[in-house]
Amino acid sequence: MATRQTRTLARIMSAPSIIVLFVWMIVPLALTLYFSVQRYNLQHPDRAGFVWFRNYYFFVTDPAFIQAIGNTLILVIGVLLITVVGGILLALLLDQPIWGQGIVRLLVIAPFFVMPTVSALVWKNMLMHPQYGLLAGLWQFFGQKPVVWLQDYPLFSVVIITAWEWLPFATLILLTALQSLDEDQKEASEMDGANFINRFIYIILPHLARAITVVILIETIFLLGIFAEIYVTTQGGPGDASTNLPFLVYVQALLNFDVGGASAGGVIAVILANIVAIFLIRIVGKNLDA
Amino acid sequence: MAREATLQRKVTVTTAAWIVALIIFFPILWTILTSFKSEGDAIRISSFFETPWTIASYFEVQSRSDYFRHFFNSVIISIGSTVLALLIAVPAAWAMAFAPTPKTRDLMMWMLSTKMMPAVGVLVPIYLIFKTLGLLDNVWGLMIVLMLINLPIVIWMLYTYFKEIPVDILEAARMDGATLGKELVYVLVPMAVPGIASTMLLNVILAWNEAFWTLNLTAANAAPLTAFIASYSSPEGLFWAKLSAASTLAIAPILVLGWISQKQLVRGLTFGAVK
Repeated sequence: MATRQTRTLARIMSAPSIIVLFVWMIVPLALTLYFSVQRYNLQHPDRAGFVWFRNYYFFVTDPAFIQAIGNTLILVIGVLLITVVGGILLALLLDQPIWGQGIVRLLVIAPFFVMPTVSALVWKNMLMHPQYGLLAGLWQFFGQKPVVWLQDYPLFSVVIITAWEWLPFATLILLTALQSLDEDQKEASEMDGANFINRFIYIILPHLARAITVVILIETIFLLGIFAEIYVTTQGGPGDASTNLPFLVYVQALLNFDVGGASAGGVIAVILANIVAIFLIRIVGKNLDA
Repeated sequence: MAREATLQRKVTVTTAAWIVALIIFFPILWTILTSFKSEGDAIRISSFFETPWTIASYFEVQSRSDYFRHFFNSVIISIGSTVLALLIAVPAAWAMAFAPTPKTRDLMMWMLSTKMMPAVGVLVPIYLIFKTLGLLDNVWGLMIVLMLINLPIVIWMLYTYFKEIPVDILEAARMDGATLGKELVYVLVPMAVPGIASTMLLNVILAWNEAFWTLNLTAANAAPLTAFIASYSSPEGLFWAKLSAASTLAIAPILVLGWISQKQLVRGLTFGAVK
């Protein structure tokens, strides 16, 4: 009796969130799919109609697309490598007894809270500027010619900026996981005379495995969608040298007004993200059972 | 002997940790320092220590570009979207934590999966819908979008907190004749306040820093700080002191909130997978 009542109530209570999320997911996605097979340019509203997969064809055969896919992958993999390796090292360092650990921790995680447009602008102007930037000053100090970061190494620069933003995230998660490692286990292995490398490989790394997986998957979701950092620093250039998939779709939609083409790009982005998502959902799902 | 070795090790490790931490923090520190310089001194690195310090840039930012309007947009959008999300999420999380059905798990997984949708995949329709409804460059429109993109995280985070509340207490309250409404208001909510508070904090941080929708759906009126700062990226002229002052003001409140909530952050950002 009571349970049936509770169940009905539970349904009513979860209904609003289910409905809004469902609408939020299905309506725009359906529209994107619909637009992606239409000829639809905001500048030429008269020329409209069903065009089958022509938008996909043009989007995929555009040389910018291949470049954008490559850039997206480099961006994701580059940042992942830096943040995961750096995060493990940092977490190991911060897990040691040190003076002022709390403050060190605060300083290390700070970049994560800086809004992307601010970090991109600070790096672009104050650090990477070829004339007045701090890095240029440093290069000059050692008698070198300053590097024109955003012009000569645009994608690498974006990777650096993004890695700086996400390193704190990886460190924070891995440090939390590391701190839950059983002290006794650590001490026992130390007494048995295991050196640091052995302890790292046989005890610490297996313990961190799940946290590392979570970091990789969550970062991938966000890194596939990197936008503000490119928008503020390079605008995708020079040429398409630092254009990733989201930026290419943005250019198609809001700069070229090509709704059809942009929608085709959007569908491709959704497919890519879903491949990653399937893995993430599995991992988190496993954890829910544990 | 052994103690000396540990002490020496502690000194080494401490030094290394501080150096690394300061390097990572440096861009933020540099921004804060630059904000207190004059525009001319800001681009002269060599004479760093001889520069006279000034707070003129802070006043300049306000008088020239109406900083506070954007600041209030950020406040309204981030807090508004959080409150909206909580209103919808608290009942749902309650239902899933205390009256789970066989379908609850799939339902939560599905909610999580909506978060995986890349924003760019739905940019075009959302933009067109907003344009039709007159919601472009509108604080309300942005509030709704940010509420929707963060809703799954809010539900998940609340769920993990609610799960930790002992069911016995709720049953005892029910025995004493409390109705479900009373149970919710007098028993559950007080016990869940810490969890709700940290959920709120994380959500405000995420909404404050969101920089895809805020850049694409706003122009001058509803632009929050993310978009306001991005407007400094135009190449004409160097406004580093002013840029730094605006940046410092934009990140300071969220930096403080983030530092306060760092522990809960891990749970929220990993959907409870790492605690």
